[in-house]
Amino acid sequence: MFDNLFIIVGRHIISFFYFLGGLANLTFKTIYFSFTPPYKKDRILEQAKKAGLDSLPLVSLIALFIGFIFALQTAYFMQRIGSELYIASLVALSIVRELGPVITALVVAGRVGAAITAEIGSMQVTEQIDALETFATNPVKYLVVPRFLALSLMLPILTLYADAIGILGSYLICVFRLGISSSIYLRVTFEALWYKDIFTGLSKTIFFGMIIAIISCYEGFNVKGGAEGVGRATTRSVVFSFIMIIVADCVFTALFYFIFP
Amino acid sequence: MKDMIEIIGLEKNLSGNMVLRGVNLNIKKGSTCVIIGRSGCGKSVLLKHLVGILRADKGRIIIDGKELSLLTEKELDILRLQIGLVFQGGALFDSMTVGENVGFGLIEHEHVSGKEVLERVEESLGMVGLSGISNLMPSDLSGGMKKRVALARALCIKPQIILYDEPTTGVDPITADSINELIKNLHDRINVTSIVVTHDMRSAYRIGDNIAMLYQGKIIAQGTPQEIENSKDLIVHQFVNGLAHGPITENIRLL
Repeated sequence: MFDNLFIIVGRHIISFFYFLGGLANLTFKTIYFSFTPPYKKDRILEQAKKAGLDSLPLVSLIALFIGFIFALQTAYFMQRIGSELYIASLVALSIVRELGPVITALVVAGRVGAAITAEIGSMQVTEQIDALETFATNPVKYLVVPRFLALSLMLPILTLYADAIGILGSYLICVFRLGISSSIYLRVTFEALWYKDIFTGLSKTIFFGMIIAIISCYEGFNVKGGAEGVGRATTRSVVFSFIMIIVADCVFTALFYFIFP
Repeated sequence: MKDMIEIIGLEKNLSGNMVLRGVNLNIKKGSTCVIIGRSGCGKSVLLKHLVGILRADKGRIIIDGKELSLLTEKELDILRLQIGLVFQGGALFDSMTVGENVGFGLIEHEHVSGKEVLERVEESLGMVGLSGISNLMPSDLSGGMKKRVALARALCIKPQIILYDEPTTGVDPITADSINELIKNLHDRINVTSIVVTHDMRSAYRIGDNIAMLYQGKIIAQGTPQEIENSKDLIVHQFVNGLAHGPITENIRLL
């Protein structure tokens, strides 16, 4: 019985390291091919549109509601201690430093990452990836590099946009529901935000974009077993992206806390 | 005539399963070799070795005098552009139009003008009898058309070798025959070396200069269509006549 337990645990540990190794390998290849010509701008732009522009409606909706909710939840306590004025600074800092980057990354992982895994996975099961190779076209260069570059470029832009929309949501609640004057709200917001807050918030989203691209492409390439396999891989891709984004966020937050106190 | 493709002692183990156990096969320049065998016996795996999608565990593959395992990635890419592989399900890129599919090799690798690409695409589609469909998407096509478009895509790079993975499987008998005719015409017209993997015996007899049978990871018989048809070997006899009882099925029961 204990033998079996060891075997099962061991197998999971080995497959986990295999997974990490696969991700590292794909990351190195992707970075290598990102810097080798020929560069195909069209494909990057196409992916940037899919990842960025097409995500705008969803990101807007979610960021706006996060702004509403956060303003109301903060107001609950701030009103008790009579410091409604500071809702603006608290919301601005939380959204720009943390909520904007992470929520945007999670939305993109669910919307764009899942689509990437499903697309590449279907290509894998219908031998389209093999077909690319027979035409002397490297699948990493052709499929992963554009998605990798597009996501790591678009995620900071989307985040900046989500930050603005989130703050707008909070502004609407504070100005029209809680009666804080518009000019005071804006002044407090901009006083609270320093460049380093925006910088730390945005810089980590570049890595979130890379994480989403690498994990979703890796899962797509490793699909086995037809349509069911594509479904399983898509779930795995979203789950692992979520986990890795949160872990990376924790690491970056700790790092920035000590580097830029 | 000299050998275009030489396979010597090829072995491949796929996730614990010895698929190829020492395949030896020579194919002359300009000839059509048909490889027959049961489903899942490693025929497609063999084809994938010839374009370097899979790497051999043991053994050598020599194509046009170049040994595959000794080539750099760049040299392998150059060789790949001389080989057209027609996949079983077509493997057309479904995000692109038929025209972009057929012209894929040209667009990616040869610096030719858009006009020339269009001309070559039409020419290739014409060869498979499908002119004027280059604006359709692969999802609009029937199974037989997909196979023919896949063939056109392979032809568009003007290959010296064409590999067919079960070209007549899953299409109706009339389409199957027209595909056979197409393969035969291409062979007569542009003198390509072809390997056709199939278990459709009608098609094998029609198009093959040579037939080789793959069984349990080895080539167990090789000869002209007449020789194979009249073979005294019990295994070959059972397969080509499609008999439910014989040494092949008996062996499986023993395993």
